[in-house]
Amino acid sequence: MTMTTLAATGALRYSWLLLAFPVFGAAVLLAGGRRTDRWGHLLGVAMPLAAFVYGLVAFFTLLGYPAAERGRELHMYSWIPVGSFQVNIGLLLDPLSISFVLLITGVGSLIHIYSVGYMATDAERRKFFGYLNLFIAAMLLLVLADNYLALYAGWEGVGLASYLLIGFWSFKPSAAVAAKKAFIVNRVGDAGLSVAVMLMFAEFGTVSFGGVFHSARSGGSGVATALGLLLLLGACGKSAQVPLQSWLLDAMEGPTPVSALIHAATMVTAGVYLLVRSNPILALSSTAQLAVTVVGAVTLLWGAIIGCAKDDIKKSLAGSTMSQIGYMTLGAGLGPAGYVFAIAHLLAHGFFKAGLFLGAGSVMHAMDDEVNMRRYGGLARYMPVTFVTFGLGYLAIIGFPPLSGFFTKDGIIAAAWDKGGTSGALLATCAIIGAGLTAFYMTRMMLMTFFGKPRWQEAGPRGGAEPRTGQPQPEPHMAGGSGGSSPRASTAALHPHESPGVMIWPMILLAVGSIGAGAFLITGQRFQSFLSPVVGVPPVSHGVFTTAGYITLALMAAGIVIAWAMYGRVPVPATAPRGSLITNAARRDLYGDAFNEAVLMRPGQWLTRLSVYFDGRGIDGLVNTTAAAIGGTSGRTRRVQTGFVRSYALLMFAGAGLLVAALLVVRL
Amino acid sequence: MSPAYYVFLAVILFVIGGVGVLVRRNAIVIFMCVELMLNACNLAFVAFARMHGNLDGQVVAFFVMVVAAAEVVVGLAILMAIYRARKSASVDDANLLKY
Amino acid sequence: MSHASHLLAAGGGGTNLDSIYVQVLYWILAIFAVGAAIAMVCVRRAVHCAVMLAIVMLALAVMYAMQGAPFLAFVQVIVYTGAVLMLFLFVLMLIGVSSADSLVETIRGQRLWAGIAGIFLAVLLILGIGHAAIGSANPATAANGAGNLTGIATLIFTTYVFPFEVTSALLITAALAAMVLAHRERTAPKPTQRELARRRVTSGHVAPEPPPGVYATHDAVDMPALLPDGSTTDRSVSPAIAQRDIELGREPIRSVTADLAAEARIEAARQVEEAAAGGAPGKGRAPGKDER
Repeated sequence: MTMTTLAATGALRYSWLLLAFPVFGAAVLLAGGRRTDRWGHLLGVAMPLAAFVYGLVAFFTLLGYPAAERGRELHMYSWIPVGSFQVNIGLLLDPLSISFVLLITGVGSLIHIYSVGYMATDAERRKFFGYLNLFIAAMLLLVLADNYLALYAGWEGVGLASYLLIGFWSFKPSAAVAAKKAFIVNRVGDAGLSVAVMLMFAEFGTVSFGGVFHSARSGGSGVATALGLLLLLGACGKSAQVPLQSWLLDAMEGPTPVSALIHAATMVTAGVYLLVRSNPILALSSTAQLAVTVVGAVTLLWGAIIGCAKDDIKKSLAGSTMSQIGYMTLGAGLGPAGYVFAIAHLLAHGFFKAGLFLGAGSVMHAMDDEVNMRRYGGLARYMPVTFVTFGLGYLAIIGFPPLSGFFTKDGIIAAAWDKGGTSGALLATCAIIGAGLTAFYMTRMMLMTFFGKPRWQEAGPRGGAEPRTGQPQPEPHMAGGSGGSSPRASTAALHPHESPGVMIWPMILLAVGSIGAGAFLITGQRFQSFLSPVVGVPPVSHGVFTTAGYITLALMAAGIVIAWAMYGRVPVPATAPRGSLITNAARRDLYGDAFNEAVLMRPGQWLTRLSVYFDGRGIDGLVNTTAAAIGGTSGRTRRVQTGFVRSYALLMFAGAGLLVAALLVVRL
Repeated sequence: MSPAYYVFLAVILFVIGGVGVLVRRNAIVIFMCVELMLNACNLAFVAFARMHGNLDGQVVAFFVMVVAAAEVVVGLAILMAIYRARKSASVDDANLLKY
Repeated sequence: MSHASHLLAAGGGGTNLDSIYVQVLYWILAIFAVGAAIAMVCVRRAVHCAVMLAIVMLALAVMYAMQGAPFLAFVQVIVYTGAVLMLFLFVLMLIGVSSADSLVETIRGQRLWAGIAGIFLAVLLILGIGHAAIGSANPATAANGAGNLTGIATLIFTTYVFPFEVTSALLITAALAAMVLAHRERTAPKPTQRELARRRVTSGHVAPEPPPGVYATHDAVDMPALLPDGSTTDRSVSPAIAQRDIELGREPIRSVTADLAAEARIEAARQVEEAAAGGAPGKGRAPGKDER
């Protein structure tokens, strides 16, 4: 559904401030260097806050308009004016983009504040904030752009920021490798998006949203399917959906605020944004929509299974992120029935996942950067605030009514249920099973971290035989531990304590969001009516409690019970037990890395070696053979210079004979 | 007897003289083979004069003889000078300009 | 003789011989010439080479005569064979008449390839000439009308007068060049007569040696010759004479001691000489050395 856009007026004319604030912050902090170390973090916090303030202003201004006039465009700069290819940098403020702006700047500001405390001991804190501001700027450009090429610019910018931030502790080889891996896998998705942009220009002659959506119908279903699939590929890369999911767990090498902001709340949701923004294109191709739903369903199960077996708290949360975004993708593939719930779940997920990650960071901060949950235990007593906020996030994510997840996730499950047919049934089944798995692994996480015996007290000094990674079982892939920057002395005793205020308050605020965001958005169809001019109206509207909802609740309860039986009732072993087939598979990320290596990396290496061989033996051989032939020929030919006059005379004689022969040949 | 026969003979003598230049090592003998080649050319000239019916070929042959004489004088003087310096008249001695 | 005079007759340019004689003569001369040429290339000693060349030149001279070029024939004999070839022989004598080329070829494949190249060239030229239009002899022309010599002279001094002048300049230059090249620079000042006389006196050998045969006391064939130091040598006696003496029962005469007075004189002269020589180093004489 396309909304007619009007020019930006009033307060919205200053929408460029949304980009200008974080860009300014990033420029000053990164270009200023060490001189800005003392106050850099303050500037870094101030900029997203300023953007958030303006975002609120813009939001309320937009609310002041009637529903049909909420799409506003601000032309900023004519970027590529080349003949028939006109691309501008302009901002599109409409309900969809303003929602994202509020999420990004709001949650982002909270995480910036948290980082002041979390990175207090890091000497490069100023650079960290510079990169964070860069990320905020790029993400805002992504969601505010009014054409696909500017969106792509923001897309690349967040990819760059992700690379810089994952590899922030670049002295750790595992972090550097993880950053490179994330960038490369994202590149595959970016290729899909760039081909989609090229296809748009080739078919429609324009890349702006308005132009493309307007003429999408003229391209025919083939073009729409192609575009849809290519956009899906791009979304898979950025949102870590199957098949481009392998980078997300390794991305936990970055500092915890990075994991919270980028790899939970915002960047990984860019793919969902792209799909929802392109809903007019998806509406024209049922094949593409089916593909989107399949990808979403597969990924939500994939991430859930991985999350069940990880002992690293951040990796388990990453698997959870993968799974939840799978839900959002599933919702985005269901057409107007699912868009609203997908975005609502996205917003709610931003709150509770960020809160969960910040809580995990708080636990790690207290446990001296230990990430292995088998060394946690009983922390509820020592870190009550963290426990409460984490617990509220936990309840939200498993869909415990009446917290956020219940409304949003169940909305997606209901939309899948309502799709009907075999596909609808399958999708709904997957989603419901996923909900059960979510409850299982989140409960497992809660139990291992906050309940039970404090295993860290009796474990004593950490053995030197184990690698510092914190993962007792061997991780076959490059990502080692995702801990902090300083190694821990093996004999120091742990004294977990609550985190400082600067870290606590963001977690509290996010917990508030975890509690109320879902209800606020979904009840009374508030968000639905807000967003419907952009994405359309769901055909079937039902209440909060549906058949699918009940089944989901049942499985949720089952998951909790099973987890309690496995981890609550029996003590958690200090080292990971051998595990069943699927557990071991899950510990190895369901062989995602192994698949990539076998199918892509090794053939690529073989191809490289083959090329090197051909270059060395073939082309170099050709050149060397030519050189050797010339050298050999000259070596033999120089023996003509015997030094004897008589042999030269013989050559002259023979030459004269040849001349006579030539003359005769001509004349005879 | 057509002049062609004389020209064939001249060719054969010329070639023999040429091969002699290539095969012998003594400088004087080489010189003599060159004289043989000149004589063969003279014979050819005379035969052609006969063929054309005028005396131009004979005059040229005459001049060839004169020039050959001058050449022999100078060449032998050079040979003597070289022989005095090196005590050897072999042309294979000058073989330093080699690979 | 009339045939010979007809040969040399300048009318007609050519021989007046019957064609059969011309052919026979041609073939004989041709075989001689080619054989001599091949021999010239093959013989070892340089003097033999020169002789072979002379044969070739003479054969060619006759051929010139056969073709109606009598002037050229004689110039060939007189100038070419008689002067140029003699010049060759002089230089050969100076340089080393007995220096023989070794038959071993030092450059690998030179003979083979020279032969092949020669055959190749010969075949080519013969083919070419065979294809060319060589007409039959054209004896009678106006140029030859007044006589061969007159005709040649006319051509030389009218049409070819410039080459003639240049050639004469060339001859002068060649003569000068020969003088310059054969000139030897003195490395020491030329000894004056005074210096030469001093040398002669201090050597003790003031008077020139007597010509050969002054001290000979016999001139019989079977008497051995005297060497400068008074000893005799058997080699001057022919082995046949010595054999005859043996057959006649006579002992070959080995020494000339019949004349006792001559021997005493010789002995006294030798003692004077040895006293004068004393311990000084040899004075240029080489007693006992057999000269070849």
